[in-house]
Amino acid sequence: MTKRFRPGQLALLLVALVLAAVWLAPIAWAVATSLKPETETTKLPLEWFGSELTLDAYRLVLGTGDIVTWAINSTVTAVLVTFLTVLLSAMAAYGFARTHFRGRRALLALILAGIMVPPQVLMAPLFAEMVALGLVDTWWAIVLPQVAAPLILYVLFKFFQDVPPELEQAAFVDGAGRWRVFFTIVLPLSRPVLAAVSIFTFITTWNNFLWPFLVSTDPNTMTLPVGLANVVQGTFGLRYAQIMASVVLAGLPLLVVFVLFQRQIVRGVAHTGLAGQ
Amino acid sequence: MTTAVAAPAAAPPAAEAKVRHAWTQHGLLFVVPFLAVYLAFLVWPVVLGVRMSLSSVNIAGTNDRFVGFGNYAEAFGDPRMWRSLWNTLVFTALSTVPLVLLGLALALLVHHLRFVQWLWRLSFFGPFLLPSAVVSLLWLQMIYPPGYGLINGTFGLDVLWLGDPSVAMWSVVLTTVWWTVGFNFLLYLAALQSIPHHLYEAAALDGAGAWARLRSITLPMLGRTTALIVVLQLLASLKVFDQIYLMTGGGPQDSTRPIIEYAYDVGFTGYRIGYASAVSYILFAIIVVVSLAQLRLFRKRAEDS
Repeated sequence: MTKRFRPGQLALLLVALVLAAVWLAPIAWAVATSLKPETETTKLPLEWFGSELTLDAYRLVLGTGDIVTWAINSTVTAVLVTFLTVLLSAMAAYGFARTHFRGRRALLALILAGIMVPPQVLMAPLFAEMVALGLVDTWWAIVLPQVAAPLILYVLFKFFQDVPPELEQAAFVDGAGRWRVFFTIVLPLSRPVLAAVSIFTFITTWNNFLWPFLVSTDPNTMTLPVGLANVVQGTFGLRYAQIMASVVLAGLPLLVVFVLFQRQIVRGVAHTGLAGQ
Repeated sequence: MTTAVAAPAAAPPAAEAKVRHAWTQHGLLFVVPFLAVYLAFLVWPVVLGVRMSLSSVNIAGTNDRFVGFGNYAEAFGDPRMWRSLWNTLVFTALSTVPLVLLGLALALLVHHLRFVQWLWRLSFFGPFLLPSAVVSLLWLQMIYPPGYGLINGTFGLDVLWLGDPSVAMWSVVLTTVWWTVGFNFLLYLAALQSIPHHLYEAAALDGAGAWARLRSITLPMLGRTTALIVVLQLLASLKVFDQIYLMTGGGPQDSTRPIIEYAYDVGFTGYRIGYASAVSYILFAIIVVVSLAQLRLFRKRAEDS
């Protein structure tokens, strides 16, 4: 479809540019501040650039090592949650969509009802459960409660229902069992939707705050958001360049993920359409 | 498929049906791992939470007496509970309207632009990908402070964005809109792209202008998406915690404390985890009502697509 260029388009473009600038300004300000010498971060009138561009703040932040530990914790827990969530949900979704067993409908109803349960209102009982299991301050305390995702199951369930039965039949006739059909035919076929829900799960887990915050008191098991929250509450002799360097370092990975996986992220959002704030 | 003929499936149909039956029975095995995690970390906590909300248990797990509906009765008579519930509803009302309307406006704008789509997506959706701690730190330390903060510094203002009880909630909403509008923007953008083009061509032939096309085609076609976005937004806003806790800690003078933060406060810093459960379950009840609406919308959308 070719579109002619009209003056209306130019006006829209200008509006969009202004809005984009407004939206990017806070992020740009964080980057600018992180590159200033510490003594110039609160200077008035505001200047976007200091007397020199310096990476001192980054060097100092990375030098303490905390942020590296938190990034490792975030990566490990987010990867574990994503892998387990997608594997278990996909298996279960396949079971519900393509096989028959007694109690199938009732179980599915029970699981779909779980979409209504916000994890935030379960913080007290879940915490008590973690204490009872002795998991507080471990990766598992962060991971396990985030794995049971009825919404992801539902999205995959809907997708598997639409897989043409002929594809499975052919494999059955060849003597393949359910598991082989699932792993060698259905999963590869579902790669786009699996990628979408994986990235969506990864982002949600990476950014989750309240739950990891409750179950990690030791800086060595904290995720990035929790570690940064400690920075918020712990810094009184404020070092703004370093704080903004931490902010940039913590925010960067997902922006990179976004640039790399734009299409899957957009699809994931459109598919799952549900996120915590 | 030639191999199929030689395969074991060449057996009589009855045997084949038997094999098929065995496969279908195995279905339960696919479900069991998910079910185990689901029962352990979702169903059980829901049940445990009910029990805790009916007890006087503290965070150490001691003093676990059954108090019936005592916690609920206390919560309904607790002015700080009402204040935090009210704050949550105010936040939900104030945030939902701009998040939906602005999401729609941005999507319409970007949809009609043919240039540098990645730039608009990155600008408007990018902030949504930032962790709440990053967003809170950034706004708390560099955007809102009096004096050198980006807003006051740029416009020469002297507003106590987070320190003035009559302004703080608006500031929290402003940050939230900046941070999360991209989600609705993307949902609207996806919906706009799925409107059949021939509708516009037909309307153009009938001489409908841009405004008429927007009003009589685009907006009606977005009706279901809007309903979904509103419900999702209500659900997300009712659960607000992170940015408020991190930016204002609920203050000044409780003016921004949402109900999740109140539950956290009484449970994890005040140690009354039984009472915290009761407060949480009051919110839970509200969320279930909104969720039922969402579930219906979700089903409808799935049936339509």
